[in-house]
Amino acid sequence: MDPRLNIIDKRLENIKRLIAVGGGKGGIGKSLTASALALTLSKLGYKVGLLDLDFCSPSAHIILGVKGIYPKEEKGIIPPEIYGIRFMSIIYYAEDNPSPLRGIDISNAIIELLAITQWGELDFLIVDMPPGIGDSILDTIRLMKRVEFLIITTQSKVVLETVKKVLKILRELKVPIIGVIENMRLAKSSFVKEELKEFNVPFLSAIDFDKSLEDSLGDINKLSKTDFVRHIEKLVDKIK
Amino acid sequence: MHEWALAEAVVSTAIKVSKKEKFKKITKIKIKIGELQQIDIDTFEFLLKEIIGNHTLIDKAELKIEKEEGVLKCNVCAHKWNFKEVIEKLSEEYSEAIHFIPEVAHIYTRCPKCGSPDFKIVEGRGVLIETIEGIR
Repeated sequence: MDPRLNIIDKRLENIKRLIAVGGGKGGIGKSLTASALALTLSKLGYKVGLLDLDFCSPSAHIILGVKGIYPKEEKGIIPPEIYGIRFMSIIYYAEDNPSPLRGIDISNAIIELLAITQWGELDFLIVDMPPGIGDSILDTIRLMKRVEFLIITTQSKVVLETVKKVLKILRELKVPIIGVIENMRLAKSSFVKEELKEFNVPFLSAIDFDKSLEDSLGDINKLSKTDFVRHIEKLVDKIK
Repeated sequence: MHEWALAEAVVSTAIKVSKKEKFKKITKIKIKIGELQQIDIDTFEFLLKEIIGNHTLIDKAELKIEKEEGVLKCNVCAHKWNFKEVIEKLSEEYSEAIHFIPEVAHIYTRCPKCGSPDFKIVEGRGVLIETIEGIR
């Protein structure tokens, strides 16, 4: 019997909302959206946690410029706080090494993190999801029972095909979907809206491709001034 | 001490099981601690006793805690080895990382025969409950 599975609900009980930022594909802005959302909510005075569940290519720490902090041990592990965000990631244990993990190991690591992390009271826990419709998304749905999904897409047909699959499985499993954000828009078009019409999920916004973003990664002052983050600040009311 | 969180998980599980089994009292819990997690048995027992002291359902339970050897098997060359063989060569920092998340063994250790990180943790990963006994 795995005792860890029986304590996860308790670890999450003082978190008002659990929001997973996903989309199935890599490189579409999931980590950026999750980080920007956590930053924005924190600036608004909410108690926010950010959990990077991407073990193979964790990115939130690069985006936020997280360096030199480490969880504290106290009846579990307490995520260190950066810019008012309680931040948890495998990077504290894996550093910048590759994580060659198979499914069962990913699942076990997720269970361990959820069982030992003491988040305390939070208004929002933002979960940065890895790509794929495998272990991480299934474990997130299984273990974080109140989770809601915020879906990121781009105009690319390749991305949209995967996003549709994610939406289908979330619908089938009756997981709440907050809405869809179209990211990296290159031209104004109703293509994404039309393609996702059948799923009847709120289309929250379209964010233009932001050329200044890459240079701002890791620098919170620069990042906060980007059009991308300003856009997230404008649409946060539709999410919170 | 992060072991407290795992000890609390053991107690929560025992209470959950006892409710399902309609136990009036939990009399014995048998626990295995996998070698990869590197938890000191005495420390874990101390933490468990501290937590069960708050629950009348379980406060008199006998605790039997055993260490389970860490057995690893390579998915590439099928070589089997014991975690003991590799832990001694690891730095304190890396073995501590494995203590928190045993899966990071795939990051810091390799198959001693072929050098692959693609191996299975066959036994001895972490904390497991073997049996919970009680009276109805």
